[in-house]
Amino acid sequence: MRMMQAVAIPPFERFYEEHRTDVLRLLRKRLGAERAEDAFQETFLRALRAYGRLDHAEHLRAWVLTIAHNVALDTLRRTRSTEELVETPSTDHRPAYAELADLTDGLGPKERAAVVLRYGYDLSYEQIASVLGSSPDAARQATSTGVRRIRRRIAS
Amino acid sequence: MTVSPALDRRFRDAAVTLDLVDVGFDVVDSPIGPLLVAASGQGLAAISFRSDPDTQLDRLAQIAGPRVLRSAKAVAPARRELDEYFHGGRQGFDLSLDLRGLPPFTVSVLRELARVPYGETTTYGALAAQVGHPRAARAVGSVMNRNRIPIVLPCHRVVGSTGDLTGYAGGLDVKQALLELEGAR
Repeated sequence: MRMMQAVAIPPFERFYEEHRTDVLRLLRKRLGAERAEDAFQETFLRALRAYGRLDHAEHLRAWVLTIAHNVALDTLRRTRSTEELVETPSTDHRPAYAELADLTDGLGPKERAAVVLRYGYDLSYEQIASVLGSSPDAARQATSTGVRRIRRRIAS
Repeated sequence: MTVSPALDRRFRDAAVTLDLVDVGFDVVDSPIGPLLVAASGQGLAAISFRSDPDTQLDRLAQIAGPRVLRSAKAVAPARRELDEYFHGGRQGFDLSLDLRGLPPFTVSVLRELARVPYGETTTYGALAAQVGHPRAARAVGSVMNRNRIPIVLPCHRVVGSTGDLTGYAGGLDVKQALLELEGAR
């Protein structure tokens, strides 16, 4: 049971000012300066679409960086060959998706993102849904399918 | 690495164009000092003499929702009418107002307040009588005190029964300046 009160969701302006530099840095690293601009706008528009439905304000940084990561993947998918989809290693501490990489490597992108967000970042299905652009039910489904696949692979 | 002003502006404009913002705000210059102006999809939601956004973000979120974003585009109609009021002789405002969340008594007092003509003054007691509560002058005073859309809802036109300016959120000098602008003093 949760003992602490859920952290209130900050006004979006504060959230945006706090994280915009990190988002742009991640996108430039993935996409280069030019393509990063469109992706930057898309990232914060996606965040804005989901923002009013968030049920708590924990892990907002992980949440928005994951949205940015997904927008970058979408951009690369649209514009370049799949060879470039290989993730660049992070220079600072290893993010949760890297920690879980061994386990989640065999999963499809949606299931992988769902599992990492649920168990790496402790996000709610509502938040995961907004990252994936799907419904909370679909997010729950993707997470449990992913976990089932991992279990099966470990067992075999 | 910083987000360039052009990129920042592009995101903010897109957010408002796509109607993804609960309330947009910006700081608008005026002869009585910078004003923080905020507008939602329902209309003008707030004007504040305390123009430092950081002091107002939580209040705006309480009024309209957490998606609070600074945007010149969101307040463009209000900025235009305020400019015309201060510099172009505009005597009334055509902006729709967002009075969500206010108690019924407050709304009825503010609606009556909106009818006080440009360049004229009334008293707290007279306003109280007009909303059917002639002895509620003090309650009307507290509605004026908390008026979240001053200037457009002209609480500066409400004075004490002896003609004293009594009080104003922006300071008595601002109240005096607005009445002078309108030729009332």
